[in-house]
Amino acid sequence: MGALLEVRDLKKYFKTNSGLLHAVDGINFSLETGKTLGVVGESGCGKSTLGRTILHLLEPTDGQIFFGGKDISSPGKAETRKLREEMQIIFQDPYSSLDPRKSVSEAIMEPLKIQGSLSKDEMREETRMLMETVGLAARFENTYPHELDGGRRQRIGIARALSLKPKFIVCDEPVSALDVSIQAQVINLMLDLQEKRGIAYMFVTHDLSVVKYISDDIMVMYLGQMVEKAPADELFRDTRHPYTRALLSAIPVPDIHNKTKRILLHGEITSPIDPGPGCRFMARCTHAAGGCHQMQTLEECSPGHFVACCRYKEIEKEDTA
Amino acid sequence: MVTKLKKTRKKSKLKDLWRRLKKNRLAVAGLIVLILLIFIAIAAPLLAPYSYSAQDSKASYSTGTAEHPLGTDKLGRDLMSRLIWGARASLEMGAIAVAIAAAVGITIGAIAGFFGGWTENICMRVLDIYQSIPMLLLCITIAAILGPSLQNAIIALGVCSVPGYARLMRASVLTVREKEYIESARAVNAGNARIILQHIVPNAMAPLIVEITMGVGSMILAGSLLSFVGLGVQPPTPEWGTMIAEGRNVMREHATLALYPGICVMLSVLACNLLGDGLRDALDPRLKN
Amino acid sequence: MNSTSTNLLEIKDLAVEYHTDEAVIYAVNHVDFSINKGETVGLVGETGAGKTSIARSILRILPMPPAKVVSGEIFYNGNDLLKLSEREMRKIRGNKIAMIFQDPMTALNPIETVGFQIAETIQQHNSISHAEAHQRTCEMLEMVGIPGDRFKDFPHQFSGGMKQRVVIAMALACNPALLLADEPTTALDVTIQAQVLEMMQSLKEKVETAFVLITHDLGVVAEFCDKVAVVYAGEIVERGSAEDIFDRANHPYTLGLFASLPKLDATEKRLSPIKGLMPDPTDLPDGCRFCDRCPNAKDECSKSSPKEAEIAPGHTVKCFFSGGN
Repeated sequence: MGALLEVRDLKKYFKTNSGLLHAVDGINFSLETGKTLGVVGESGCGKSTLGRTILHLLEPTDGQIFFGGKDISSPGKAETRKLREEMQIIFQDPYSSLDPRKSVSEAIMEPLKIQGSLSKDEMREETRMLMETVGLAARFENTYPHELDGGRRQRIGIARALSLKPKFIVCDEPVSALDVSIQAQVINLMLDLQEKRGIAYMFVTHDLSVVKYISDDIMVMYLGQMVEKAPADELFRDTRHPYTRALLSAIPVPDIHNKTKRILLHGEITSPIDPGPGCRFMARCTHAAGGCHQMQTLEECSPGHFVACCRYKEIEKEDTA
Repeated sequence: MVTKLKKTRKKSKLKDLWRRLKKNRLAVAGLIVLILLIFIAIAAPLLAPYSYSAQDSKASYSTGTAEHPLGTDKLGRDLMSRLIWGARASLEMGAIAVAIAAAVGITIGAIAGFFGGWTENICMRVLDIYQSIPMLLLCITIAAILGPSLQNAIIALGVCSVPGYARLMRASVLTVREKEYIESARAVNAGNARIILQHIVPNAMAPLIVEITMGVGSMILAGSLLSFVGLGVQPPTPEWGTMIAEGRNVMREHATLALYPGICVMLSVLACNLLGDGLRDALDPRLKN
Repeated sequence: MNSTSTNLLEIKDLAVEYHTDEAVIYAVNHVDFSINKGETVGLVGETGAGKTSIARSILRILPMPPAKVVSGEIFYNGNDLLKLSEREMRKIRGNKIAMIFQDPMTALNPIETVGFQIAETIQQHNSISHAEAHQRTCEMLEMVGIPGDRFKDFPHQFSGGMKQRVVIAMALACNPALLLADEPTTALDVTIQAQVLEMMQSLKEKVETAFVLITHDLGVVAEFCDKVAVVYAGEIVERGSAEDIFDRANHPYTLGLFASLPKLDATEKRLSPIKGLMPDPTDLPDGCRFCDRCPNAKDECSKSSPKEAEIAPGHTVKCFFSGGN
């Protein structure tokens, strides 16, 4: 059996007044059942758009998406319905992703209601089970989101996503709005669920320590493009792309002795509107040279480790020298 | 069991609103006045000492006698009775006209705001044209075409004030539409109808409720005006606006004839506005807790 | 350790409550806290721990009502700020003590140029000419790494990180003795955060300003602060030098915080979160505020509240089992 999800050359452009905004620009990856792909990047790099495009919450401009071996690039209405039962999303902000006028049980029951294959009693039973699964006490059934804390709200969001028993969930920064101690609880819950149900996650985040912890593979995005992708440990151990290096070095480490030298980025961020063909990181890159004006191709530098930089080998040498 | 739960929940939400509204004394006063007016309108046959058309030929233009505490008009009809009966037509006009306007306006606004694109464009441009005609002129024209009667006045008023509600609803829907929970509903396969009815309209209603409350006041005012120019309620049925119109002719000699219905109009409008103002504060999520 | 005279700011027994219709929220519960000249102190804690309330009460910009300072004294150079008149306070605010907020997007007026906004702050507190104010504004901009000729640009022409620099420049324009920074980098991306932190680091060496950095990010604290105070449920549960906190943390809450962070070099399969939730600030437990979540809570913990105890010079912990009690 092949990959659960495969994305080929996916593109999503938005029309703006000043030109085409290349939010997602030629992304390729594949994901197997029960695995997690971490997607990292800064705000505006297109990581959230990528997740939404795969789920067809946004229509892709170009490219192909295969799910369970089937091409789902342009599904019909019925197919979309079917897909949404197998692919779900958990949103970033537990404050705005829940309808303030729906109680906890109403929110969790909604997907089941829409699906319409269960009787009322069965739905109620299922809702209770889901609440138990995500660790929400039954007494919260009739409370409203604004009465609950962020961690509990995010559990509602997870229960909603789980209700249709999906095989794949896009997690769009699910813990970045939560406090550390709560964040750890939610991450553990998500890992438990993955273990039990074999769900594949695409974990979108800007928090690198979380992503390393939860992911099997990590993909680093910069202005709509993938600049580097590698198994989680390897990405941190053997960082190749200059942007990834800068990104990793910028994480503040809660350790006063281990102060690594930060690579500071200068220069303006290239506009994602009608960008040129060259490397999009060039303007901020300290290693930029002539070859960077050309289109960058993804190169496999070691098994499973891809990097889109024409100078990664030279940079390696420059740094060790 | 579910229905039972729902009931307790609804109650608690209303309770919550009442708790916040209670703090605003003026709004509570407005609410009391409004309830009182509605009660008077309903119980008019019991409260009014005379029939609104009963003429007392001995007491033309009397002022404050024991029989007629607020005096009588030219035909000797008891002013107080006419004011009490008049509350019916005035409130009816206010409430029903607003209901028509709000229902149509909210539908248009919700559709325009939700679908966007050319749907929105057509809706809004039609409203633009609509609004470029002075409202009163339009109102009078419609009422004149339909013929003068209470019913037609209500229709005219309702039709004329659709754009305001539609615009407000559209603006409100535009902000709600961008919320993540709408996307979340779509991700679990909710259809457009469900999204609009279950998620967008309930969440976009708060500013509308305020506008509707205040709208009742301005409709009473506009209704009085229509009656004043003879396009609303027809005599002998009393209505505050008509009464002012009649009293106007003898303003110098018998000021109270125009004054008392004027006070009634003012009081009801003020009550609606105060309540609306209070509701706005009570419904504003930023001031919650 | 320090005599009171060297303290720039000293907070004694500060308690802040928010009174709403339904309940009283105990936001800050008898906090003692001091800052020396030129020091950088990190105030770490989770959402709703009361960090921001502490900072706001220093500047007296708590929203009153519903907020109420129930007890306490805040000495700045020996004067109790809470007793000053509003007029005297205005001379201190922005001039001697400045504050920067989390969201740089809303802290600047979108219809005025950034130069004008900085110059305005300077002129408010110093009687100097336009030209001098302009001169000083350009210096400030240069200091935070923005070319002085961007004086005439409007806020929307700056990126998020640049805006936060402008905000910092504005706060430092009057050479304050104390700068309260409330989550200054939380809204920024990591690479931008790195730039701003780097800049603040170098500012620390250039100016004599003392910093209070309010944050939930222990990583940022590790980078920037000399001293750390850990806030939990309106109390400072542990404080000490950065070394004390990062190497010899003693309070179970501090330890729990560190444990729940995913580590970059970790191999364990699950994180170890602190169980439960922060207590409801309207209904705090009687004893130790942390006892419901504490892995080593004993009976006495739920009965009485532990006193702050010094377990090493400058390192105090509020726990019965800290070794100091």
